Amino acid sequence: MSDVPVPHLVTGMRRETADTVSLTLTPAGQEALEPFAPGQFAMVYAFGVGEIPVSVSRVGRRELVHTIRSVGAVSAALCALRPGSQVGLRGPFGTGWELERAAGQDIVAVTGGIGLAPLRPLVLAARAAHRAYGRLNLLVGSRTFEDLLYADQVRAWAESHGPLLCRATVDRPSPGWWGHVGLVTTLLNSARFVPENTTAYVCGPEVMIRATARDLLHRGVRADRIRVSLERNMRCATGHCGHCQLGGVLMCRDGPVIGWDRAASLLMVREL
Amino acid sequence: MTSTTTVSVGLPVEHRDRLMRLAREVSFGAGTRLFEEGRRADRFWVIRTGTVLLDLHVPGRGAAVIESLGHGELLGWSWHYPPYVWQLGAGALSPVRAWEFDAETVRALCARDPAFGRSIATWVGRVVTHRLQASRIRLLDLYAPYGSGSRA
Repeated sequence: MSDVPVPHLVTGMRRETADTVSLTLTPAGQEALEPFAPGQFAMVYAFGVGEIPVSVSRVGRRELVHTIRSVGAVSAALCALRPGSQVGLRGPFGTGWELERAAGQDIVAVTGGIGLAPLRPLVLAARAAHRAYGRLNLLVGSRTFEDLLYADQVRAWAESHGPLLCRATVDRPSPGWWGHVGLVTTLLNSARFVPENTTAYVCGPEVMIRATARDLLHRGVRADRIRVSLERNMRCATGHCGHCQLGGVLMCRDGPVIGWDRAASLLMVREL
Repeated sequence: MTSTTTVSVGLPVEHRDRLMRLAREVSFGAGTRLFEEGRRADRFWVIRTGTVLLDLHVPGRGAAVIESLGHGELLGWSWHYPPYVWQLGAGALSPVRAWEFDAETVRALCARDPAFGRSIATWVGRVVTHRLQASRIRLLDLYAPYGSGSRA
């Protein structure tokens, strides 16, 4: 783990939606970060503007892909970068999804909005080694068709008859939309899994996480096997500043991925 | 938000079997209209396979899709409450296989057997509650850029 920003070159930029881009980042020199696990995040430094935490959305041999939505000054600066630009990167930070703990079990990944980005490397890893797991499910919720991340990839997965069952739903359909309409939790009805032998991964807005976790619990999935990624205001990413504290949990160090058995009670406290 | 809205878990076994004895197997081709807003709600369905879109006619925009329903889900609850008029329209997005029920027959059985009637009312109520809660969450527009879950 690097505490000092390591220079990285932007070697690829792909516009995912009107306000979201994926940046491919490659070490600018000999120094490289340690390998990232799916679910972990990096502190990405836009020189002269600031630093934000961003989960890794694809892990390559040397390069990392980060999918960033433009919602503030730093993320807007990062979204404006072009190939050849440089950023600073610290990491890897935090806990990962820990896919290895789901060996032999069914997997249900549920995403909402940009929550698909942190879960994509898990889905890719599980799909690549699908014989190690039971049935694989990916349920994707989006605001509109136009806001759907990795739309081509999601559609290809949804139409394939491979090891991954993928379903997508939007809140507001527009012409050309090919999937479902409604809240992402309704897609659980079409997923293939045995609750008692399932590990679920959930990432998205907190209300969506709560609704999904409750439904999974009700179906019989164990709370400690529901892994959720929580968002808090991360600054130092090393567990010192306390900005990301949620009760007794420092999300940058003990999270962002934690089990629902720990998260449920924390999210019920409005003051946290 | 729970899974108790599907017929397989929404009704006690005894009452589910009783309901299923009234079922008729039907199928619809993609694009078939199943019912229209404002018409008499004289039947309902439980979807076996395929997808049905619920929609609302908006002048100038045509049919605005509200929600899609799939395997195991109840299609239609207006048959259960006066004035028994569809509040939305419905069309098959893909080929659909379903169990169809005659509303009057089921309502009559509910009236004759209060225990069965209570089970049906509870099931339909859960479906309505579930869809209301889902609609409320969608109203929050959670995936909009502000507060959408981005860490940035």
